[in-house]
Amino acid sequence: MPAPGHGVSLEEQIDRWRSYLRRRQAIHSVDVAELEDHLREQVAVLVDAGLATDEAFLVAVKRMGNLDALSREFAREHSDRLWKQLVVVPSDSGEPRARARTDAIVVFCLAVAAAVVIKVPALFGIQLDQDAGFYARNLSLFVLPLLTGYFVWKRRLDTSTLRWLAVAFVAAGVFANVYPFAPGSYTEALTALHLPIALWLVVGIAYAGGRWGQVGSRMDFIRFSGELFIYYVLIALGGGVLTAFMAMIFQAIGIDVEPFFESWLLPCGAAGAVVVASWLVEAKQSVIENMAPVLTRLFTPLFAAVIVAFLATLLWTGRGVDIGRNVLIAFDLLLVVVLGLLLYSVSARDPRTPPGAFDVVQVVLVVSALLADAVALWAIVARITEFGFTPNRVAALGENVILLVNLAWSAVLYTRFLRGRGSFTGLERWQTNYLPVYAVWAAIVVIVFPPVFGYG
Amino acid sequence: MREIMEINKDLIAASSTPMVLAILAEEDSYGYAILQRVRELSGGRMEWTDGMLYPVLHRLERLGHVEARWEVAESGRRRRYYRITSRGRAQLAEERRQWQAVDATLRGIWRALSLSVPAGHPASAAPLPQGA
Repeated sequence: MPAPGHGVSLEEQIDRWRSYLRRRQAIHSVDVAELEDHLREQVAVLVDAGLATDEAFLVAVKRMGNLDALSREFAREHSDRLWKQLVVVPSDSGEPRARARTDAIVVFCLAVAAAVVIKVPALFGIQLDQDAGFYARNLSLFVLPLLTGYFVWKRRLDTSTLRWLAVAFVAAGVFANVYPFAPGSYTEALTALHLPIALWLVVGIAYAGGRWGQVGSRMDFIRFSGELFIYYVLIALGGGVLTAFMAMIFQAIGIDVEPFFESWLLPCGAAGAVVVASWLVEAKQSVIENMAPVLTRLFTPLFAAVIVAFLATLLWTGRGVDIGRNVLIAFDLLLVVVLGLLLYSVSARDPRTPPGAFDVVQVVLVVSALLADAVALWAIVARITEFGFTPNRVAALGENVILLVNLAWSAVLYTRFLRGRGSFTGLERWQTNYLPVYAVWAAIVVIVFPPVFGYG
Repeated sequence: MREIMEINKDLIAASSTPMVLAILAEEDSYGYAILQRVRELSGGRMEWTDGMLYPVLHRLERLGHVEARWEVAESGRRRRYYRITSRGRAQLAEERRQWQAVDATLRGIWRALSLSVPAGHPASAAPLPQGA
């Protein structure tokens, strides 16, 4: 008779064996259950034959065979399992399945709501083609409240946070619509561009679900934003193919779908897709590799090479930077891309691993981008009085300064880390703490710029 | 002492399909019992690595030769039972024909060999035992 102590240790041993098996990608949990049943029966038979339980366990495990070979055999039979599939509603029964289904229903309703909301102004005679300014200013207000609503529901936010989120959206609605913008004015365009940036922070606070104060959850929001962008682009590409086919086959029977496409399919689809893409990113987060860090790995060295080549050419030929109208915006965008590359490689990096070659490339990229920007900024500031302070130029200059400060301090922190005098978490904390700065600047552009520049 | 004869991996792999199908044709069964039956039938000469049976069963399931269902065994554990389908029976008949053909061919050649080889080498008439 096995002593009671043995029974416990057998369960522990089987637990350990099971968790070891579960780590194999090709062996699913149903297979583990099947193999476990086999193992237990084998152990029982051996114990009946007179072996002690731990001996019986060892023999049974040995008979089961080498786990590497076994998982190879499983992989050969189920080769599809080596490709991770996104299963939004799990097939095995139980509570997770019910929850996933409710989630899907809520998302579907919110996506439909987003698609409807964007058509509501049309009921009041505000048409997409005639009142482009109205739609441009309010675009984020059609979609982001619903997306925020999804996270409010999903994270079960308390009412006090909810109140602040609501206040933010109402204020955004007020500032986007009370100013008497001149039609097609610069300040109106700036509002349209900056309001989504400011409101994205509100989405982030809802996303973090009351844990916005933690570096980790702000980092999660950065990851979420990157993946959402990629998923959205993919959905948009798919939508483009769909509409191309639609146009083509309806053309064949002499019907022009363009009016339908322009006033219904495009705006409704684009609005609903934001909610759907967010949901997909939420569902996939632990299942499928994040794409943004993969792209970062690929493009960091390439961007570094291009900027270094640019600087070298600048030095070699002694050319000055030609200050055209859009050069500042071009350099802003360059800094945004470099920041994105930095951000997403930071987001995927294990802070405990020691510095490697990729980190050096990253620092080269940041420093060279800073130098290139400094050259451009120098040329612009020297002649800014000559150009005058238009709202566009001030906004672009402000953004440049914000990005420059971020990247400069990041370069300092990264260099410290490379020289072993600082930890990588310092860089993470700097990046996540900096997030509100973008939103605050965007809010300033939306709230302060129009009156200061006379709504021009 | 039981004499252990190593059977070539390829032979084990090739014979696994008809063997599993034949055992399931007798009655519905589950992994451990199938392996026990294989041991019993081969007199312990066919040693399968236990785990390797399951990918074979899953392949047969994918091909539609067997069906699987979960049942609660008398031990109270959930156990996966396999049942042969009509397609599986057809496959078994086909396998059986093929193996009989192979067997008949080999028998013929063993007989021819034992006639031409002078008596006193009985070992060559049968698969070589270990150490022969």
